[in-house]
Amino acid sequence: MEHSGILVVGGGFSGITAALEAAEVGHEVYIVEKNSYLGGRVSQLNQYFPKLCPPSCGLEINYQRIKNNPLVKYFTMAEVVSIAGKPGEYTAKIKISPRYVNTNCTACDKCTQACPVETDSEFDFGLRKRKAIYRPHLNSFPLRYVIDPAVCLGKTCSKCVEACPYNAVELEEQPKEITLSVGAVIWATGWKPYDLGKLEILGSGKVKNAISNMQMERLASPSGPTNGKIVRPSDGKEPQRIGFVQCAGSRDESHLSYCSYICCMASLKQVTYLRAQYPDAQIVIYYIDLRTPGRYDKFLQKIREDENVLMVKGKVAKVEEDGATGDVLVTAEDIIHGLKKEERFDMVVLATGMQPNMAGQALPMEMQLDEEGFCISQEDGFSAVGCAKMPLDVMRSAQTATGAALKAIQTVVGR
Amino acid sequence: MSNKIGVYICEGCDIGPQLNAGQLAEFVQSEYGGTCPVVKTAPVLCSQEGKAMIQADVDAEAVDRVVVCACSPRVKWDVFRFGDKAVVERVNLREQCAWSYTRPETDETAEGEVPETLRMMAQDYIRMGIVKSQKYQKAEAEIPEVTKTILVLGGGNTGLTAALGGAKLGYDVVLVEKEAQLGGFAAKMYKQVPYSYPYTQAVTPDVDQKINAVTAHEKIRVLTNATLEKLEGAPGMYTAVVKNGNGEENIPVGSVVLATGWKPFDPTARVVVADQTACEAQDSEAVVETPAVEKGENVLEPLGYGKFTNVITNVDMELMAKKGDLLRPSDGRPVQSVAFIQCAGQRSSEEGHLPYCSSVCCMVSLKQAGYLREKNENGKAFIIYKDMIVPGVQELYYKAAQDDPGIFLTKGEVAEVAEDGDGGIIVTAKDTLLGEDIEIKVDLLVLATGMVPTTLADPVVNLSYRQGPAFPDLQLFNGFADSNYICFPYETRRTGIYSAGCVHQPMLMGAAEDDAAGAVLKAIQCLESINRGMAVHPRSGDISFPKFNMVRCTQCKRCTEECPFGALDDDEKGTPKPNPTRCRRCGTCMGACPERVISFDEYNVDMIASMIKENEVPDDIDEGGPRVIVFVCENDAYPALDMAAFQGKKWSPYVRFIPVRCLGSINTIWIADAMSKGIDGVLLLGCKYGDDYQCHFAKGSELCNRRMENIAETLGRLQLEPERVQQKQVAIDDYDLIPQMIEEFMNHIIDDIGANPYKGF
Repeated sequence: MEHSGILVVGGGFSGITAALEAAEVGHEVYIVEKNSYLGGRVSQLNQYFPKLCPPSCGLEINYQRIKNNPLVKYFTMAEVVSIAGKPGEYTAKIKISPRYVNTNCTACDKCTQACPVETDSEFDFGLRKRKAIYRPHLNSFPLRYVIDPAVCLGKTCSKCVEACPYNAVELEEQPKEITLSVGAVIWATGWKPYDLGKLEILGSGKVKNAISNMQMERLASPSGPTNGKIVRPSDGKEPQRIGFVQCAGSRDESHLSYCSYICCMASLKQVTYLRAQYPDAQIVIYYIDLRTPGRYDKFLQKIREDENVLMVKGKVAKVEEDGATGDVLVTAEDIIHGLKKEERFDMVVLATGMQPNMAGQALPMEMQLDEEGFCISQEDGFSAVGCAKMPLDVMRSAQTATGAALKAIQTVVGR
Repeated sequence: MSNKIGVYICEGCDIGPQLNAGQLAEFVQSEYGGTCPVVKTAPVLCSQEGKAMIQADVDAEAVDRVVVCACSPRVKWDVFRFGDKAVVERVNLREQCAWSYTRPETDETAEGEVPETLRMMAQDYIRMGIVKSQKYQKAEAEIPEVTKTILVLGGGNTGLTAALGGAKLGYDVVLVEKEAQLGGFAAKMYKQVPYSYPYTQAVTPDVDQKINAVTAHEKIRVLTNATLEKLEGAPGMYTAVVKNGNGEENIPVGSVVLATGWKPFDPTARVVVADQTACEAQDSEAVVETPAVEKGENVLEPLGYGKFTNVITNVDMELMAKKGDLLRPSDGRPVQSVAFIQCAGQRSSEEGHLPYCSSVCCMVSLKQAGYLREKNENGKAFIIYKDMIVPGVQELYYKAAQDDPGIFLTKGEVAEVAEDGDGGIIVTAKDTLLGEDIEIKVDLLVLATGMVPTTLADPVVNLSYRQGPAFPDLQLFNGFADSNYICFPYETRRTGIYSAGCVHQPMLMGAAEDDAAGAVLKAIQCLESINRGMAVHPRSGDISFPKFNMVRCTQCKRCTEECPFGALDDDEKGTPKPNPTRCRRCGTCMGACPERVISFDEYNVDMIASMIKENEVPDDIDEGGPRVIVFVCENDAYPALDMAAFQGKKWSPYVRFIPVRCLGSINTIWIADAMSKGIDGVLLLGCKYGDDYQCHFAKGSELCNRRMENIAETLGRLQLEPERVQQKQVAIDDYDLIPQMIEEFMNHIIDDIGANPYKGF
């Protein structure tokens, strides 16, 4: 039996794009997303480079497209257990984890107000707390709350159950499994930030005021832990001297062998966040190469004109904490001038790279990964897109996703 | 036939206790009993019982229009759907009333009762919802006859890939190539950089296979030595006038993939761009001008190009490698050593240089350094760069080159290029990684020059549109036919034409193949959408389209000039000629029209004007407070308000929000109507405009701002202060700022301007 549907694994920007582009041609698509919301990594970003526009703007349009298109079906809290079969006839088993909050939820927030448990918010990379029952994030789609079973006290507490006027909380919800029959698969499982803990010379993630670039996105976001005000995590101080350490984990044989594509532009963009908030702030960027292809280079040229921004070509040898002040000490070599210096900063941003989510994961279907975990399979009926395929920016991810929609349709139609 | 409107008021989520749903229901019954035969409340309208209650009324044909007074339409959108028999209108009593209401000190309503200011607000919103529902006409899809043929412009690697992609899905493809041969630059290349794992070895281009596949494909018609003279008509029904050796031919096509690629950088070219803003402001014809190219100084002369025979470009190097041995142009001796200077004539704001990075040159120089190493095992290659721009997996190719003992790489600034007595080239560089100035003597110097798009000074698509033959936004992207949307890289201001490859953005061949597949998918999607009578992005699936009541048209040309998508042509007199398949349904034409000639079934001047009239305006600003209408862009400002309410933000109880498709659709008459009704101010919340515009309809918010002059004039005629109307640029994540903007505007109205004197008339 051949099937005309298309399975999109991963509901981040690439997955949504692939799904919508195929659906708007007229094909049925299923998005399977492991988070409680669609939108993936870009939901966590404050702005896109080089336009400095909010990602939620494009996501909102995409959510509207999903709402208006009955051909798009999506599952959150869902993971692919197995995919078997061949092009034109795949059978996918999907596990749907309990959300513990059913569709009665109106997002009124009463449950969260009643919940006594606090834990670190992963959406905000630990920069703030959230409750055990919570709204995934401010603009989450679908707009439905979720319970974190790892910290929820369960039936002994039941405060949220009592607080909910709509019988939306179901503490005893069980995992479900569903089976989808599809003709083609688009693999859009995306990326995760490289683990700071592995970067010993950069402080192993223990230097409080040396944050990752993704943490910086949350700090700068108006929905973030500080409502968009960029301050030091340790003491809330307004930073005046900020250092950026490029290639934190990338282009490094002992970590990620490749370049993560976006980090140079991400840091340059974050410079604009800081310069907008702190007109006197001094910024130093330590880099190996500034990689700003295409029209991005005009963005770099604009930042270069800023006298408060110094760009130093050189590899950082050490990032340490000054215990007394909370300042961050960076030892780096200025290769052009042959100097090795220690510099003191209020705050440091480590431009950590992207690691494919597939790295170290068990595979639900046969596919080829490279040593780093990027999917390199190229075959009929299956395409990897976006950052599951290689490190890419949003524009390029959309291009690969749209192209993959064509290939998937070729498989389901051309048979 | 009059409609049967059912009004359903939810009591959940603080609406019931705060607003007294029962009282609101009584209000609707007393005021709209005739129009609204069914008025009900429910404890939780979105519950199964609530939904079933409404569904039963619909099924029993007691109602055919449903006004749901509950939460934001962005919430529970999947619940409040009742099939084809009922049209649903949402009134946002939760986010815009219950959650965001602040009680003014002047409101002296007794304890335990709904504050007067809140009651009036809820009633205004319900009235507006009812009248909107009344004025709503269901649109019928209009399905034109669609030519499902895709025109692919350009027969290089990108065009070939696109043509095969479309043909494989059964679409007819016409491939137009201006050269005698297919293959473009890919066919002239010796090798291409790898774009599959392990990304370390250059490979022979596979373009010949693609040419064979295209030539053999029965669905693809290839026209070589051919150019597109004119593209007439509209998506789904274009006529492509193609000229080749046999003369001109009119070919019906439906959509277009633009894959005409790039040209090598010309160091003597100066692009002269007409000042478009000046042109648009003064010239009522509003036609997009194509830049001209003039001859200037050779900007590469300081690097020896055009001065020394053994200084060539990366394009010359590629052609030489394809021909065979690498030989010095001066004397034909085999090249023993070669230097590459990166970023030659680019990444610079100096006159005559390219301001952008051409994205491919670092990889190309690494590849060409490999040519020398391959053809001459003792050969030495030097690459002098500013930054090695080899992002992503390109790093792996770079690393492989670094392992080659015959390839030397250094960062550096070139200080001088000179020639020695026997044709050797001496390059002096400073600020190198070696810490000192270096001097390299080589047989051959290759300048890594960049690419310019074929659309730089030539419209290429040659549209027969009244707004001109070219893409309107080319100048934002240095001539590339690029998109201004990060999220939607195929969206431009010309529906039905999708660019791919190096005319889109500078890119390597691997990326160009992905891009070609994406662009042809969009070209197919456009045809299939038209074939269902639907709009394409961003209002995908919308079947409404603007209707023109030509009887009243005064041929003022505003709509034809302002349409961001060039959807309207006109005749000699200036009467607009709509092309519905070019249209994106933003309503900018409707906003532009002073005679109110243009309307959508589901969205029109009368509908919004009627909503404005439904607001109850107290005669005395000191007693009942002022009134301000806020027109909000439904894509960005409206969600931002929702999010502000989620965050517990509050704002003045005297504002009334009216969502609009785009600020471009705001007709001045609405503002005049509001003013003559005694509304004290009008605030317009829309997207950012300018070069980095965020408006989903590209120009809507900008055009709205340009119309502020007309609005000021209108206010002047009414003897009112122009500052009563203000436009603010907001983004969807400005939820933290919008309440403050409202506050400031309200203070301005109350403290600085005062009451609208038309109150009570």
